Amino acid sequence: MELFIQQLLNGLTVGSVYSLVALGLTLVYGILHIPNFAHGALYMMGGYVTLTAMTKLGLPYGLAIIVSMAAVGLLGVLMERLVFYPLRDAPPLHDKIAAIGILLFLEAFAQFVWGADYQTMPTPYGDVVNIFGFTLTIQRILIIASAVVIMVLLYIFLKKTFIGASIIAMAQNREGANLVGINTNKVAMLTFLLSGSLAALAASLASPINLVFPGMGHLVILKAFVIIILGGMGSIPGAIVGGYILGFSESLGATYVSNDYKDIIAFVILVIILTVKPNGLFAKEGR
Amino acid sequence: MAIFEKRRLWLAVLAALALAFPLLVTNGYYLHMMTISFIWMIAVYGLNLFAGYTGYLSLAHAGFFAIGAYTLGILTVKAGVPFWLAFVSACLLTTLIGALVGLVALRTKEHFFAIYTLCVGYIIYLVIDKWDGLTGGVRGFIGIPAPADIGPLSFQTPVAQYYLLLFFLAAVVFIMYRLVYSLTGRTYIAIRNSEELALTLGISTMKNKLASFVLSVFFTSLAGALYASFIRFLGPDIAYVSVMFDFLTYLLVGGIGTLAGPVVGTLLVTFLSQQLQFLQDYRMLIFGPVLTLLIIFYPHGIAGGFIRFKAKREEARRLKLEANRTVAELAASRQGRSERHVKEG
Repeated sequence: MELFIQQLLNGLTVGSVYSLVALGLTLVYGILHIPNFAHGALYMMGGYVTLTAMTKLGLPYGLAIIVSMAAVGLLGVLMERLVFYPLRDAPPLHDKIAAIGILLFLEAFAQFVWGADYQTMPTPYGDVVNIFGFTLTIQRILIIASAVVIMVLLYIFLKKTFIGASIIAMAQNREGANLVGINTNKVAMLTFLLSGSLAALAASLASPINLVFPGMGHLVILKAFVIIILGGMGSIPGAIVGGYILGFSESLGATYVSNDYKDIIAFVILVIILTVKPNGLFAKEGR
Repeated sequence: MAIFEKRRLWLAVLAALALAFPLLVTNGYYLHMMTISFIWMIAVYGLNLFAGYTGYLSLAHAGFFAIGAYTLGILTVKAGVPFWLAFVSACLLTTLIGALVGLVALRTKEHFFAIYTLCVGYIIYLVIDKWDGLTGGVRGFIGIPAPADIGPLSFQTPVAQYYLLLFFLAAVVFIMYRLVYSLTGRTYIAIRNSEELALTLGISTMKNKLASFVLSVFFTSLAGALYASFIRFLGPDIAYVSVMFDFLTYLLVGGIGTLAGPVVGTLLVTFLSQQLQFLQDYRMLIFGPVLTLLIIFYPHGIAGGFIRFKAKREEARRLKLEANRTVAELAASRQGRSERHVKEG
């Protein structure tokens, strides 16, 4: 029983990271209807920028995360302006291939600048605490807490502010949003900014537990795709719930099934879902 | 007819060049490079059939390439099956797996299909990477035999292997040529252009997409099996996304949805990669942006661009001819009228 609850807590940590990544992905999908394969590269860049800000510039962890969120957010905006905006009228095949091009470029770039080695990120929150008899590092509590805070803030932003509402409006109907005077270009840029910052935050939070290396985004992005299909492409609550479902099933699967193959669980889930429901769970009918 | 003859002439020149290549170039390294690029071409033709002509982006093809290669390796080395029997079974087994995947994957559309196949590709990679006992895992798989002799034909020398691969490439190109200009090929193109319209016309889109997918997997697995017997060493990397990306680069540079595209693109990109070899692991620093820029500004590739250019010129010539004819007709009718005037007057 103790092992079970410990694994649930693990799942909560992993799920928080997945949810943050999936949120960025689902926001972009909602607005532009493109699966941004380069999102994993943004995640990876987030890890590296935080690490560099901490080791080279000597910034404290929290400040480094903010720097990283800003930098990667801008990178996302740049991506939208330089690549996805010119491709807005192209066949969907082109967006996907362009995104793969960006992904591989950014990975080669990271390898060029920071090297191929696995690097560890120091964290000031490495201490272990005991809560109700369960051991947890403070870093894990930080991950869970900040993910929840960010999700609540994002929800308030999207539901209660005008700018946030314009993102939702554009996701619902691009032409309609344009007609009522929403600058869709600005909204698209804003969405990429948010998406990049979320990825950077997720990477910075997860890196002290995992490691920083050029390929760190691969599995995460693939799992994020699984999550947004699980939760419905473009759905924000779906991304959050899906992230936690995947986090729990992975940590439980790693304990009770096989640790070697735990990464396959996500893909098996996806294959099963798409086999039964080809348009994803919660797909809107008739689209 | 004249155009047809001209195309034949071009083909004959190309075939002669390909046949004479080992005699003209004695440098063993270039021969090796050429042989490898033939393997890539076959795989890219497979991808082209499905992505270019049927309009679905499959990201699992590197995985099928790897399954073909590993099946050949495992059958010959571990099971001791004779080479050509293993070769045929490797292709058939991969095609069968492809058919099963396709049966399920093709229920999804567009983005879902791309994501689904991406995940299938990753599962294949993970299985190859983790299943140490069967595939050798990260250590790789060694000792795959070179193609066995067929009667008096021996494939032990590089030149013989070059001709063997040229034969397979020619066969694939010929099948693709016959296919694309057949009703079946036209059906695939109709599905690419509009699936709804094709369905309305009474085309069974599912059946045709599946057939196209299976055939495309077959070509890719053929390339994989040839790769295994030519390189004779396999690592899980060949199932990885970057191989998929290479295929896509070759296809896009050459021209997606064209017959000449895979040959042109593969030759050009492998040649350029040779020039950029000093970059090694960083070549994606150049190829990543190149591919992205290409898809934004020149999505038809070299062969596609050439076909468009020719079509435009033909159209301009036709318009000019038509204009000339109209002018001539006008002049003639005016002349006729003035003659009538003269008669009446």
